[in-house]
Amino acid sequence: MTDQLLWYTTRAAGALSLVLLTAVVILGVLSALRFKAAGWPGFLTTGLHRNLALVTLVFLALHIVTAVVDPFTHLGWLTAIVPFSSYYRTFWLGLGTIAFELLAAIVVTSLLREQIGHAAWRVIHWLTYASWPVAVVHGLGIGTDAWAAWFFTLTCVCVAAVGFAVVYRLVAGSRDPLSGPRASFRSGVERKSDL
Amino acid sequence: MSRLRLLAGPDLSLGPERLRAHVERLGPPPVPGHALIDSLEKSGLTGRGGASFSVARKWRSVARHGESPVIIVNGAEGEPQSLKDRVLMSTRPHLVLDGALVAARTLKASQVIVYVGEDHREAWAAMAGALAERPEPELRRARLVAAPPRYVAGESSAAVNLLDNSVASPTSKPQDPHESGVGGAPTLVQNVESLAQVALIARHGAEWFRSAGRRGAVGTVLITVAGAVPSPGVVEVEAGTTVREVLDMAGGAGPAARAVLIGGYFGAWVDFTVAQDLALEAAALREHGLGLGCGVVGVISSRGCGVCETARIMRYLAGESSAQCGPCFFGLRALADACGRIADKGANADDLARLHRWAKDVRGRGACRHPDGAVMFLQSALQTFAPEFSMHPAHWRANVGASGVA
Amino acid sequence: MEIGIDRIRCDGRGLCAELVPELIRLDDWGYPIIAASPLPNHLLSHAQKAVASCPVLALSLRQVAKRAQG
Repeated sequence: MTDQLLWYTTRAAGALSLVLLTAVVILGVLSALRFKAAGWPGFLTTGLHRNLALVTLVFLALHIVTAVVDPFTHLGWLTAIVPFSSYYRTFWLGLGTIAFELLAAIVVTSLLREQIGHAAWRVIHWLTYASWPVAVVHGLGIGTDAWAAWFFTLTCVCVAAVGFAVVYRLVAGSRDPLSGPRASFRSGVERKSDL
Repeated sequence: MSRLRLLAGPDLSLGPERLRAHVERLGPPPVPGHALIDSLEKSGLTGRGGASFSVARKWRSVARHGESPVIIVNGAEGEPQSLKDRVLMSTRPHLVLDGALVAARTLKASQVIVYVGEDHREAWAAMAGALAERPEPELRRARLVAAPPRYVAGESSAAVNLLDNSVASPTSKPQDPHESGVGGAPTLVQNVESLAQVALIARHGAEWFRSAGRRGAVGTVLITVAGAVPSPGVVEVEAGTTVREVLDMAGGAGPAARAVLIGGYFGAWVDFTVAQDLALEAAALREHGLGLGCGVVGVISSRGCGVCETARIMRYLAGESSAQCGPCFFGLRALADACGRIADKGANADDLARLHRWAKDVRGRGACRHPDGAVMFLQSALQTFAPEFSMHPAHWRANVGASGVA
Repeated sequence: MEIGIDRIRCDGRGLCAELVPELIRLDDWGYPIIAASPLPNHLLSHAQKAVASCPVLALSLRQVAKRAQG
């Protein structure tokens, strides 16, 4: 009975993590797009983005812990950290490990943003665009529910939402009104070679 | 009234003075003792790059911040109306280099960099030729670096940024270049005219420097006279010479003189009746809320148009923003656009209220002093040309001859 | 204490003005105008939130800086 409970919890927590992570990614894109509306100030987007990321970690932890202690999968704790080290669904689980570690790096650097500085933080934050798709593929490939209608639909909705958001972001370009003028000024003051 | 020290020697039209002639005329380059900074302090020499900051204080600050500083000999002269640095470099390059040498030896510098406007061909050629003639190791190792032809390129942090990151944009200054400049080393950024004065003080002493000067001021200063005068150009006068005396040296401003722009585009417009008696000296001008700046004195006559001229200069300054911070880029652009509209169509009360509000909003909120300079210039124009601004009609421009400020 | 700003890093997103409007308002182009220091004690926690929320880390809280010379 407990085994079944663990099993269901793992799957549910995993699905929920995916949904939450999708929301976090979309809020991140909205933040970069400087989305604002009446009744939706800018700090709401960034605040939700950060808080939901932490909530995601909670459910992700639940997902990982229940998966590891479940006797059916025979996973040791090491498989949560070392990718492709499990016997159970080696490849797909390894992807999950990778997605988790990328996310952990992103969250830790965000918490330490003031210490590491904006430039370093930003570079690591782009790993989001690796972490999320790897998590999606992990979810689809790991089996059991993957092709069950509910999970498949859920995954498709998430993929569509992130896909739309990312494409929109790429097309919209920089929202910084100074990026053009700054670049054109810079090109006028670059160093020519010394005599 | 003209008192030649920096520009003494052979006629300026003969081009750069060669090393041998320079040494024959002035003696070998001085060997500075550590008492030189005391000497500079006693002389009261202030910087000629625009801020009029005490040269001795600057050197002490650099010396205090550590070993092996870098010296930047600043001849960028980004101010379009100013010609004095170019003239000095093109005709007396060795005087400038003597000053750089004295600075390098006094401060035990690791590097000397000569920073010259990339479009200023004569000055460049003269400094390059002069460097090649010098035997001293500090100068043989010196680098000649081109300053891009932009207004802000001569600003200290922009010069440092160009050397470190190849881009001459001003930077936010958490630190002074004195403390941390090129490659993190303490850096002295000193104008070429200031260094030329140092070269003479090192030879002749502080008392000698102070033996020139009028109305309580000391030393001589290079002034670029521009605008509605018969012979615009560079003159060397005793500090404390009045505006009218300087203008007379350029042929006189004439009876129709309306206003004077003192200090270049970051300076201030002053009504001619007030300006003519002002003494050209940093402290005296400060008492009137003015600055000597880079020593440009520009005249506009009543045949010119203060509104149109102000609009033109604001458009130029807005275009010279490095576009690194919003208040400067957008603020100056809005101010320039508003001035342009007033110049074209005339003003209403709203326009003037907006100008005052935006000017107040922009001031002090840039990463560097560029917006401040532009705003203070505009505020002086609004005050000095108040009647013109309020009644400026579109057809005013038809009356403008070729006698506006250059 | 006062709120310090790196004007080059700031790119006018305006979260700071949303979080502590008593101290920060936006100019006509969306960039922050910060009230003169020092900052009143009852607003300190709001100021801290505003500083933490800046997406580009342009704000900081610091002791009132002496005006630099030259």
